[in-house]
Amino acid sequence: MIVRNPFGQNYYAAVPTKLTRSLRVNLIWQLFRFLVINIKMLRMVRKH
Amino acid sequence: MARLLILGGGIAGQTAALHARKKLGHQHEVIVVTPNSKWNWIPSNIWVGVGMMKTEDVTFDLAPVYKKSGITYLQAKALSINPEGEGSSSTPFVTIEYTSPEKKGVTEKVKYDYLINSTGPKLNFDATKGLGPEKNSYSVCTPSHATEANHHLQESIQRMKKGEKQTLLVGTGHGSCTCQGAAFEYIFNVEYLLRKENVRDKANVLWISNENELGDFGMGGMHIKRGGYITHSRVFTESLYAERGIDWITQAHPKEVEKTQLSYETLDGEEKTVSYDFAMLLPPFSGVGLKAYNKVGEDITPTLFAPSGFMKVDADYTPKTYEQWSPKDWPETYQSPVYKNIFAVGIAFAPPHAISKPTVNPNGIPIFPTPPRTGMPSGVMARQVAFNIADMINGKADEPTRKASLARMGAACIASAGANMLNGTAVSMTMYPIIPDFEKYPEAGRDLHYTTGEIGLAGHWIKFLLHYAFIYKAKANPFWRVVPE
Repeated sequence: MIVRNPFGQNYYAAVPTKLTRSLRVNLIWQLFRFLVINIKMLRMVRKH
Repeated sequence: MARLLILGGGIAGQTAALHARKKLGHQHEVIVVTPNSKWNWIPSNIWVGVGMMKTEDVTFDLAPVYKKSGITYLQAKALSINPEGEGSSSTPFVTIEYTSPEKKGVTEKVKYDYLINSTGPKLNFDATKGLGPEKNSYSVCTPSHATEANHHLQESIQRMKKGEKQTLLVGTGHGSCTCQGAAFEYIFNVEYLLRKENVRDKANVLWISNENELGDFGMGGMHIKRGGYITHSRVFTESLYAERGIDWITQAHPKEVEKTQLSYETLDGEEKTVSYDFAMLLPPFSGVGLKAYNKVGEDITPTLFAPSGFMKVDADYTPKTYEQWSPKDWPETYQSPVYKNIFAVGIAFAPPHAISKPTVNPNGIPIFPTPPRTGMPSGVMARQVAFNIADMINGKADEPTRKASLARMGAACIASAGANMLNGTAVSMTMYPIIPDFEKYPEAGRDLHYTTGEIGLAGHWIKFLLHYAFIYKAKANPFWRVVPE
């Protein structure tokens, strides 16, 4: 639970919704992201 | 027969040595001079700093690896370079001083045909009064520093378990620091550990850095496409800090670190203090202090090295304003402009200027990050330099042909934000190019197709995998070349 202090530093920051936070640790979704990130990184490696 | 001498056995030095050895026939010699007996996978030191790994998990003995690879290993530190030889001899050499227990303190002149300087940085704790593990703050730059940091972190956690409130301060210990990414990883691993130990409510976790804004990371940050917008990395970095309840101080130049208080100056010129119970503050880097002498023994250190102690290479070091900076300023072959058989890679080469826009406070103190040149880019430039030297030794080329400019190189970076295989997270970032090119990419300075960032468990899996993959590679185990830099 994020406590927002009016005019404090974190008052203006974008914070993830409950869905976003759960997807970040959802095993099936993250397995898919694992593949995607690895492909992105390999593409980067191949560029030099 | 030719001799390639490599100073330093870190990520760049090890990469250069293994690739050069593979490319050169055994009539040629590859020598590595490094003061350490162990190789260290530095990115995982942050996990040593939170007790998740031990020193032996992030290090291994260098001697057996060099022996099986056919590389001569001298456990010593380099003191000076004589690129023109000495007296009647024109054979260049490096003066070294052994650090191994058997020959400690003995000096020797090691001749070379080609030299790669990959000495890495000197951890310049003396730049800030009271900074460093021998004084009033901790560090995760080496396994021993990280072990000590963890010891004191655990003490803080024990106090919290007894009901005491603790303030944990993490960040950079000087206005010119680099490697904000390492401190970033540490603060989020600490925060994760506090939640795991059920003491998060007892801790005030605070970030301090010389970045102009969060998410700068010494690269001026980066822009990514997300949710229909092009947003700066500041947005997702601030988001992570807010989500985890971490407050931040930016634009700060620490002036004095005391036992429980840090005095710092801001970009506005204000003098402020912050109190803490535990502080992990990274030091600024400088060159390791190598000297250089010409044939008659005159000091030519300024010819080879920049005032920072890093080696001058084929970069454009003409003083320029931020508006005049160009991607062409950055080196391509890492060859010394004066001595063509000398190269410098990794942190050891002198960058032409920063990547983040320089800022100076009203008291004349520069407060901005110096450019990071560790990890993946460091390995790539070391490989290319090793290939170029091998080509020249093998008679395939007269000069370096392969280039590895940071202005035409991408990077992938995984920053751990909590280490656990089921509920850990890491920030996975890719960017291209590392040096922004606003002529080619006017929108954001980088290719938005290749510049990405996301947070999730997958990043932790990759970070964990890379830990083992890079140690496997550095040990020169079978098929090590399959693992990319």
